[in-house]
Amino acid sequence: MNPVQNNKIRDIRTLENIARDVRINILKMLTASGSGHTGGSLSAADIAAAIYFSKMNFNPANPSWKERDRFILSKGHAAPLLYAILAQAGYFSHDMLNTLRKINSPLQGHPCNESLPGVEISTGSLGQGLSIANGIALGLKLDKNPARVYCILGDGETQEGQVWEAAMTAAHYNLDNVCAFIDNNGLQIDGPVEEVMRIAPIHDKWAAFGWHVLEVNGHKMEEILNALDKAESIKNKPTMIIAHTVKGKGVSFFEGRVEYHGIAPTQEELDKALKELANG
Amino acid sequence: MGKKEQDARGKGQGLENKKLRRWEDEKLSTSQPLNISSSQIQDSSLVTRHSSLEKATRDAYGETLLELGKERSDIVVLDADLSGSTKTNKFAKAFPERFFNIGVSEQDMIGTAAGLSLTGKVPFASTFAVFETGRAWDQIRLAVCYSNTNVKLVASHGGITVGEDGASHQALEDIALMRALPNMTVIVPADAAETSLVIKAIADYKGPVYVRLGRAAVPYVMPDDYKFKIGKAHIFRTGKDANIIAAGIMVDTAITAAGILTEQGIDTGVINMSTIKPLDEKSLLSVAKNSKIIVTAEEHSVIGGLGSAVCEFLAENHPIPVKRIGVNDLFGCSGNPKELLKLYGLTAENIIETIKKALKK
Repeated sequence: MNPVQNNKIRDIRTLENIARDVRINILKMLTASGSGHTGGSLSAADIAAAIYFSKMNFNPANPSWKERDRFILSKGHAAPLLYAILAQAGYFSHDMLNTLRKINSPLQGHPCNESLPGVEISTGSLGQGLSIANGIALGLKLDKNPARVYCILGDGETQEGQVWEAAMTAAHYNLDNVCAFIDNNGLQIDGPVEEVMRIAPIHDKWAAFGWHVLEVNGHKMEEILNALDKAESIKNKPTMIIAHTVKGKGVSFFEGRVEYHGIAPTQEELDKALKELANG
Repeated sequence: MGKKEQDARGKGQGLENKKLRRWEDEKLSTSQPLNISSSQIQDSSLVTRHSSLEKATRDAYGETLLELGKERSDIVVLDADLSGSTKTNKFAKAFPERFFNIGVSEQDMIGTAAGLSLTGKVPFASTFAVFETGRAWDQIRLAVCYSNTNVKLVASHGGITVGEDGASHQALEDIALMRALPNMTVIVPADAAETSLVIKAIADYKGPVYVRLGRAAVPYVMPDDYKFKIGKAHIFRTGKDANIIAAGIMVDTAITAAGILTEQGIDTGVINMSTIKPLDEKSLLSVAKNSKIIVTAEEHSVIGGLGSAVCEFLAENHPIPVKRIGVNDLFGCSGNPKELLKLYGLTAENIIETIKKALKK
């Protein structure tokens, strides 16, 4: 298989269809597994689809290809999203998705780089991904490698102190090859982020830390693509794209419901959800 | 109320209602001072120390890192605002583009190091042992060990010989923390020369490594022709009665103790177990099989370090009496390094006493 760099998709409709397929696969694998994180996988599906299929250079036949762009899922509990994307990208067959969270499966409950090609590093303990992204970005710059690093964080995740340590590092070292997203769905396990531990004003905070900050509707493909283009043109600064999203997006009875943070759909819910997505 | 407590309470009004720390706690060394002069200790050494010079292991680290930096462009170094103390500043000065000061943020330093390793670099990340292993333990667990990234954690200021800075800065649990992690290799060099060999060896080894170095200058103990290999202990000599398994600065102390004991008719051996994980089980077993007792000696808590590693192995494979010399489940305190070693029983006298008592039983 050839590197996918010449195969980038700019057509909004096509990308939306990919995101829908990714959502379908997320739901199917979660139901097959019987456990896992539904809400936060669905909320970041459009962002992840846009990053991988409109921007990133990668080669599933050679996952360690040096020129590849890198993707770090800092919110590791959205593993089903990463797995659906990697299957879509051709790293492995869609059949494997049904092994999610099962004994001996490469599809661990949270991403494991040692078991699954395409996963750059293991995540799952929150707050660590941005530091990893920075380290990769520093290494790429040393090698004068033009590849870029993408990273998705959860909004609740930014309560971790390490996130802000990494925010300083990226700005201090002028890491314009880092483009991060906050999947700002407003909900965390114990309830609304605003109630559990306020992170607002998000935009001002990241700007104050020296980042170029953009805001988009995280479910509008066109806005996401424009922001990704803009991020590429920013020099000497990392870019943070705050993506306003809806937890559980795409399935009406999961949307905005905090209880679906860490619960998998039942078979009945899956059937209903698939119908909605087919008609949507 | 005991006399000591009364004395302490009398020292200040503000201290009156506080439970005062008593450094003369019974958990500290109970060793009796022996009638041994310092010159006797020096002369009784079983090995000829090839130099009367002393050098801190952290200094050897700084120099070796600089040397490696000249030879290899893939070596990168990170520090958390302590480069003057960890001695990574030598590398920083020579190769500023490959040195990353991450500031006072150890968790981010470890993550950044892991990221750098993913681009094929060989990152050395350094700070004090307390902060390196304690502050960033979860980052080491996930991004280094579970992810099996090629990150070298080289910490200075291990143990109580940190001295005057006191307990907050004296790592006495770092080896336990690192040893518990799968994929991790744990090394505690005995002197500056061994440190240099260790740093070169781990640069060529692929996988996570923790190396613990010290602040204070220490004597050279390893032979001139010594070759370090990860996982291989160095046997100075074996004793028919007792054998001391030591690491770090306690190797020198063990050599002194063994010399005196052997002169007094208690045949005592010394083994430098610089790689604490993976433990050199083969050497340990062969030594234990020809010994009445084993004594471990380390500048670390007796919980979870070299003593524990030796006990775990021997209990399952060749159960013989083991005595652990180390810090007895206590925090350190301020003082000069030599005084502290005495206070906590990390002395040749305590080793001698311990071995004599154990053999009497």
